[in-house]
Amino acid sequence: MRITVNGEAREVEVDVRTTLLDLLREHLGLTGAKKGCDHGQCGACTVLVDGRRINACLSLAVMHEGDEVVTIEGLGTPDRLSPLQAAFLHHDGFQCGYCTPGQICSATAMLDEVARGWPSHVSDDLDHVVLDDAEIRERMSGNICRCSAYPTIVDAIRDVANAERLAEAAE
Amino acid sequence: MKPFDYARVGSLDEALAAGAGGGRYIAGGTNLIDLMKLQVETPAMLVDIGRLALDGVEEIDGGGVRVGALVPNSDLAAHPLIRAHYPMLSRALLAGASAQLRNKASTAGNLLQRTRCYYFYETAAACNKREPGSGCDAIGGFNRIHAVLGTSASCIATHPSDMAVALRALDAVVVTALPDGEERRIALGDLHRLPGDTPEIETNLRPGELIVAIELPAPLPGRQLYRKVRDRASYAFALVSVAAAVAVENGVVTSARLAFGGLAPMPWRSAEAEAALVGRSAGTETFEAAAEALLKDARGYGHNDFKIVLARRTLIACLRDLTA
Repeated sequence: MRITVNGEAREVEVDVRTTLLDLLREHLGLTGAKKGCDHGQCGACTVLVDGRRINACLSLAVMHEGDEVVTIEGLGTPDRLSPLQAAFLHHDGFQCGYCTPGQICSATAMLDEVARGWPSHVSDDLDHVVLDDAEIRERMSGNICRCSAYPTIVDAIRDVANAERLAEAAE
Repeated sequence: MKPFDYARVGSLDEALAAGAGGGRYIAGGTNLIDLMKLQVETPAMLVDIGRLALDGVEEIDGGGVRVGALVPNSDLAAHPLIRAHYPMLSRALLAGASAQLRNKASTAGNLLQRTRCYYFYETAAACNKREPGSGCDAIGGFNRIHAVLGTSASCIATHPSDMAVALRALDAVVVTALPDGEERRIALGDLHRLPGDTPEIETNLRPGELIVAIELPAPLPGRQLYRKVRDRASYAFALVSVAAAVAVENGVVTSARLAFGGLAPMPWRSAEAEAALVGRSAGTETFEAAAEALLKDARGYGHNDFKIVLARRTLIACLRDLTA
């Protein structure tokens, strides 16, 4: 099958039982996305497929023929961090780090969903979203952090959201 | 996972042919793949319909909206037509699962997801739904999350969907294609079945039948809401949920729709509770009568006895808020 991962076209042969997560980790050597629960409950495997966040553990690789996948490795590099990667470092948005790639991929797509005006369960008004801390927490509820670094994860995401808002206002 | 064959289809005809041949349809796959990992589900053939052009949301004659079977839950919740005219549906969708799952889960797949009864998931346990005739370990076991309405001696599992509860209140219609290409229309209330002594048969869909769309009738009058009560503030299944739409004129209820999640093996509608509201003054006595009508046949199984009280209080609170 053919699939584009982090901008690179790849051609791989896989058993149909292979999940997207196992394709990334075991066949392509991209071990950033993590296998936590392997049942879609923890979010450690979150990657972006055609710009949308999904649980890579609950999708078969063959279902993604021709798709564009972005993993944590594709968001930034150690000398060129994405804004969220830098903010997680700055705010210490982790302890053990196992959930962090999923948190950052998830938050990256989440900010995009907010920019598109998608409401959440805690939005008072379905047509007008204000990204406060309650919104961040609700929208990130698919990513579990067993070290419970939630306060600093929210700090990091809030910082990037505010910076994006300021940049938009300046344009 | 047990080995299986996989085919991605490029047209509805191809899909129906593969479905007629015994293939199992897969779209988002978030529930099916999970169950395949546990070998609760062991399909021999998966028919991937994910790329079919069934992902539109459009207005239809009569003031309703047609939702393609493959519209992801997240897109449906955020769609301007749904937000504006069917807010209880947006709210129900947003109350379900996580953002990652809603991005992948399809409209039709959400309707057809399986119960989250832990004995259904645990292959070492007795479960008539998973293995007909093996018994039900939930009856007499840990049954805090189980049903109090519509149960049988064979099965007390709940239907887990939030979306389906709102669709039940909205009187949605399920549009399907039969293997011969014929279209069939099924009222949402006729899609799912009560367990009786065949809990393994959960819907009235025929072999190879494929859901292609859901149609929503014209918007309801009055105010509406979806309220979900659960153990966590987010990302948890409902203990009790209520989809309600109520219109009031001069203090008198003129129309009411009430559907419930977390209480029954299928999205539950109570015509008796609705009848207890319509034509009566919008006040506590009326609301209590509606709750009484809803729960008169309710039966707890021990750990879930609290749901009967919780359902009553949640319904009354919803009705108060809607008529305030």
